[in-house]
Amino acid sequence: MPNVYLPKITKGTPPPSTKRLVIDPLTRIEGHLRIEAVIENGTVKDAWSSSTMFRGIETILKGHDPRDAWAFTQRVCGVCTTVHSIASVRAVENALGITIPDNARLIRNLMEGAQFLQDHVMHFYHLHGLDWVDVVGSLSADPAATSNLQKSISPWPNNSTDYFASVKSKLQALVDSGQLGLFANGYWGHPAYKLPPEGNLLVTAHYLEALDWQREFIKIQAILGGKNPHPQTYLVGGMAIPLDPVSPAALNLSKIDQLRSLVQNGVAFVSQVYLPDLKLAASFYPDWTALGSGVGNFLSYGDFPNNNSGSVSAYWLPQGIVYNKNLSQSPLPLDQNRITEYIAHSWYSYSSGEASSRHPYLGETQPNYTGPQPPFDLLDVEGKYSWLKTPRYEGNSMEVGPLARMVVAYAAGMPKAVELINQFLNDLALPASALFSTLGRVAARGLETQMIAEQLEVWLKELEDHLNKGELAVHSGAKWNPNSWPADVSGWGTTEAPRGGLGHWVRILNGKIESYQMVVPTTWNGSPRDPSGIRGPFEESLIGTPVADPNRPIEILRTIHSFDPCMSCSVHLIDTAGQDLSQANSGLLISHG
Amino acid sequence: MANMASIKDRKVVLGLGNILCGDEGLGVFAVHAAWDQLGDRSGLEWIDGGVMGLDLLPLVEECSHLLLLDAIDANQPAGTVIELKKNEIPLLKGIKLSEHQLTFQEVLGLASIRQALPGVLHLIGVQPAEMASKVGLSEVVKSVMPEVIARTSRVFTEWV
Repeated sequence: MPNVYLPKITKGTPPPSTKRLVIDPLTRIEGHLRIEAVIENGTVKDAWSSSTMFRGIETILKGHDPRDAWAFTQRVCGVCTTVHSIASVRAVENALGITIPDNARLIRNLMEGAQFLQDHVMHFYHLHGLDWVDVVGSLSADPAATSNLQKSISPWPNNSTDYFASVKSKLQALVDSGQLGLFANGYWGHPAYKLPPEGNLLVTAHYLEALDWQREFIKIQAILGGKNPHPQTYLVGGMAIPLDPVSPAALNLSKIDQLRSLVQNGVAFVSQVYLPDLKLAASFYPDWTALGSGVGNFLSYGDFPNNNSGSVSAYWLPQGIVYNKNLSQSPLPLDQNRITEYIAHSWYSYSSGEASSRHPYLGETQPNYTGPQPPFDLLDVEGKYSWLKTPRYEGNSMEVGPLARMVVAYAAGMPKAVELINQFLNDLALPASALFSTLGRVAARGLETQMIAEQLEVWLKELEDHLNKGELAVHSGAKWNPNSWPADVSGWGTTEAPRGGLGHWVRILNGKIESYQMVVPTTWNGSPRDPSGIRGPFEESLIGTPVADPNRPIEILRTIHSFDPCMSCSVHLIDTAGQDLSQANSGLLISHG
Repeated sequence: MANMASIKDRKVVLGLGNILCGDEGLGVFAVHAAWDQLGDRSGLEWIDGGVMGLDLLPLVEECSHLLLLDAIDANQPAGTVIELKKNEIPLLKGIKLSEHQLTFQEVLGLASIRQALPGVLHLIGVQPAEMASKVGLSEVVKSVMPEVIARTSRVFTEWV
């Protein structure tokens, strides 16, 4: 596993007319993301995305009981626990032909939906928000004017002059103490920050409020997921949480009331804090509706089934493929057989050869590291340069995540998605093409959060109705016993994780896992080039991005963070003079994944 | 902002790490081993925090006493046991606390900004030997587990 390393200029100096900008890793559990970019005349001319960390979960799972796989996969990543659990149990259920009871469907929808709210709110305020909001700039804000601004955009009750004055004085105390703490490494004062001081203070106040909100909101996961912190209640065939209207040990009607109250608080925070802040910020960054557009191809597996038919049409969030930013025709149906992974630019080898691609059922995870030993300056981008494979759909580079889901939902004519997107575009006087941008990605995340927040109440009501009617089944044990399984069987399971489509593929041989492959969202978005040289979504989205100050490349971070990568990246810069600017390796301490 | 110092009274041993990466998960193995050996004690909770990040913030803020067990890179020979007290733990930056410092350091940093750090905060760390993709500890780290458990037990006596 690589350690933190800071590249030194020793070789491979880029061509004289260009600057190679390196977005380099700091260590995180989820792995490292490194972006290398060539800057010409202040603009990104080319870019390469690399993960510098190998994950070998597939190898670890071989030989294990497939019913246990979810408990391993949820340990892969600290910000993606529940989504790996659900994709895993779905893959095994698909292989074994198990239909889960309706209550299990609802509980899974609720847990996953709650995860969306939590992740997206925290992403907006704690990872991405500070790319747009100058925390230190809020110190010159007038609390009374901030109060008026707050009242003009939202009915949220924390809106008094005193409240904003108190937040401001806390920030001032942090600055005066010389201990900015988590805020110590931002690019404060960068000319790319456009919010007025009052806007900065308002969002910074909500940065802090979001932490209190989250403390309460994650109680949903404790009620449904069992003992914190890891979800404990997933089970192949359903969920391991008893349902009973009155039993104190079960998910009962009183807990449903508790959940309803938590959900209502979630809806309120999203609609009265997150979305108004998002619109406020967006209104000051019109340039960003024309930057960061990416590959323009979108994949959504769909999720949140409305029933247990197993049919694609049952998905509340629709499944489909949209090519070339085409919103005017229905999404194409998704066929999982058309998903394959290349390794031409990845540190793996395939038995079928360098230029070949393999479907996840036939996936191979054979490491073949050919990269430089750290510390190094630049990757060999002509050869292999990432631990991520290169997933492609029918050979096409595809974006996954909130924008993909909302584009597919919009093209499919999902009424709520169409309404929210049109309203957002109208409010900001933007054309539909503005969606295909860095800001469009940020907006899509907020809008889907609103949609899901409202839908949580619907699923909760359904669950309550079942309890009242005495429909209490939550697990199907019919195929629990491995003796009932075919000797050799395969299956796949997907979910839409907050950061994008997630797929698990499993082959079960004589009751044990024979092979297991995961294609995670950041692999789609952060993939290196395929053998034909087509860029991955991160790489493509950076082309043409202006970089005002190469020492503080906040513009690149804005676009990369808009995808919500499950890896951290931090800024490191190398210029042609061979100057080590490692102090620029900062700013992302505030990221959460 | 929460300031719960006056009302909270919760003593927790929290194991951190990724059990899929060899010694990186030693904190998780340690918390389970110590729990097995030292047993349930009144007023004390054993928690396997795994790789959870911000989700651990509420827990941290509710603690009066928090003992962290974790892999720590202190540039020492593999298997070296390191203890840090509250003021020695880098909350925000500085030495590399562990392979997942930015998640958990961030949690501590946020708790600090919110003036809700546990009054008693202690870390027992071990320098890892192997962090390849596998489940299980290296021999050298396994061999110091009894010491980690003994030190954990000693910390309890200080807490009483």
